Amino acid sequence: MTEGSGLHHAIAGTKKLPMALSDLANPSRFLAIVEPVLPWLAGATALALALGLNQALLVAPDDYQQGATVKIMSLHVPSAWLSMFCWGLMSVAALGTLVWRHPLADVAGKAAAPIGAAFTFICLVTGSLWGRPMWGTYWVWDARLTSVLILFLMYLGVIALWRTVEDPSRAARAAAILTLVGAINLPIIKFSVDWWNTLHQPASVLRLGGPTIHPSILTPLFIMAIAFTLLFVTLHLAAMRNEILRRRVRTLRLMQAQTAAEN
Amino acid sequence: MNLGPHAGFILAAYAAAAVVVGALIAWVVLDFRAQTRALAELEARGVTRRSERANPNSP
Amino acid sequence: MTALSALLFRDLRLAVRVGGGAWMGVLFFLIVVTLVPFSIGPELSLLRRIGPAILWLGALLASLLTLDRLFAADQEDGSLDLILMARPPLELAIATKALAHWLTSGLPLVVAAPALGIFLNIDSRAMAAVALTLLAGTPALTFLGLIGAALAVTLRRGGLLVPVLILPLTIPVLIFGVAASNAALAGPVPFGTAFTILCALSLASLVIGPVAAAAAFRHAE
Repeated sequence: MTEGSGLHHAIAGTKKLPMALSDLANPSRFLAIVEPVLPWLAGATALALALGLNQALLVAPDDYQQGATVKIMSLHVPSAWLSMFCWGLMSVAALGTLVWRHPLADVAGKAAAPIGAAFTFICLVTGSLWGRPMWGTYWVWDARLTSVLILFLMYLGVIALWRTVEDPSRAARAAAILTLVGAINLPIIKFSVDWWNTLHQPASVLRLGGPTIHPSILTPLFIMAIAFTLLFVTLHLAAMRNEILRRRVRTLRLMQAQTAAEN
Repeated sequence: MNLGPHAGFILAAYAAAAVVVGALIAWVVLDFRAQTRALAELEARGVTRRSERANPNSP
Repeated sequence: MTALSALLFRDLRLAVRVGGGAWMGVLFFLIVVTLVPFSIGPELSLLRRIGPAILWLGALLASLLTLDRLFAADQEDGSLDLILMARPPLELAIATKALAHWLTSGLPLVVAAPALGIFLNIDSRAMAAVALTLLAGTPALTFLGLIGAALAVTLRRGGLLVPVLILPLTIPVLIFGVAASNAALAGPVPFGTAFTILCALSLASLVIGPVAAAAAFRHAE
């Protein structure tokens, strides 16, 4: 306990962190806490996924309008939720980086981005595969899919920024600013895309409003959402652990190069 | 399990999701192995962190 | 003369004097508009219909590609450090630079648009609408773009990073700019609605841009 709060006070200029966060601020502490927890999380994830898949594929009835393709919704909707949740998490991490200088905030933000991008990708692909039997084409520029596509582009942009700036802490702060700017813009983009979509609504009978959610699939939907969330948390913590190790490797290699240069 | 006339799309959707999730898991696992391997290699060469040198029993 | 107005006039002079930076944007705009008939065909009725959209897209790309001029030169010769250390608030200094940039890069696009409209067979009412919406919208493009320029200022191999980062954020501006242009001619939505939202987006960017860019510079240390 004293070790944690000592480190906390040693970080000059930070705001007061709650006790639990300051304990986690030490990367070694974080690793020690996460290591035993990961297998349990992985197990819980597997269980939830099995439950969700069972519900979605076997138990849930067919939709009277969409038929069996409604089963794709159990993937499409939870992945959309996760993609937005991930950006929210990255925004909180960004605040941690910029405002509180929390040492693990950089790591959390960097680790989350590829996972969020992957869920966004799943959302796009499942949406497209749902659309083909429903609308006849693999892609429609409806409001929901278009917004998710823009979100996907923003994820790729953040990842590109992480990879272009070499110094990790520099990259962290740049990515944090971009994440927050993106978070502010996301409602504006969503509003604009919705508006744009109603403007260009084709005068056809078929409503291109995107998939609707019927009560019959709510159960598998929620179970899959929980499963995806557990999957995200497991992957995220593991990725954070990897990132911490990666930074150690980098530090050690720099030290090694330095001593070699001195000799 | 009758998936109706559009079974191909349903299976493709689940397969795509499985592939992406599998890729994520593979990335996490392989990256972990690469980093621990690099750390072990560096330790074998005698390069250690200050805190480990000070306290060899810390995690 | 206050520090900020001195900064403004300095930037204006530099932009007009140095290597044609200000004119490059207009030239690129012209080239993009010229490329369009090569890709979609020279049919005049089609060009007239999508003309405002083409002009907006060309202006968007042109204003994004001139963004590296905003901070790069100052960063290279050290003036950026002076600006960071100076007494006026960093956000205002950045906003001043952005204003100078818009006056020399964005405003020429606004002036050029009606002329380029001739190539797309746009009628005069549409030309006026496009010019007006560009006038209201190009500040947003500049002020949002300076976020990317600030984030990437120290990157030598930045390349397309700035456009990649900024383009998704400019989509609302594009949507409402084109909608307002089209609405002025025909269309279900009144011009006023789209135009007002466009102005609101620009005003918001006047705040968000400099604040984010200042944060980027402060945290670069």
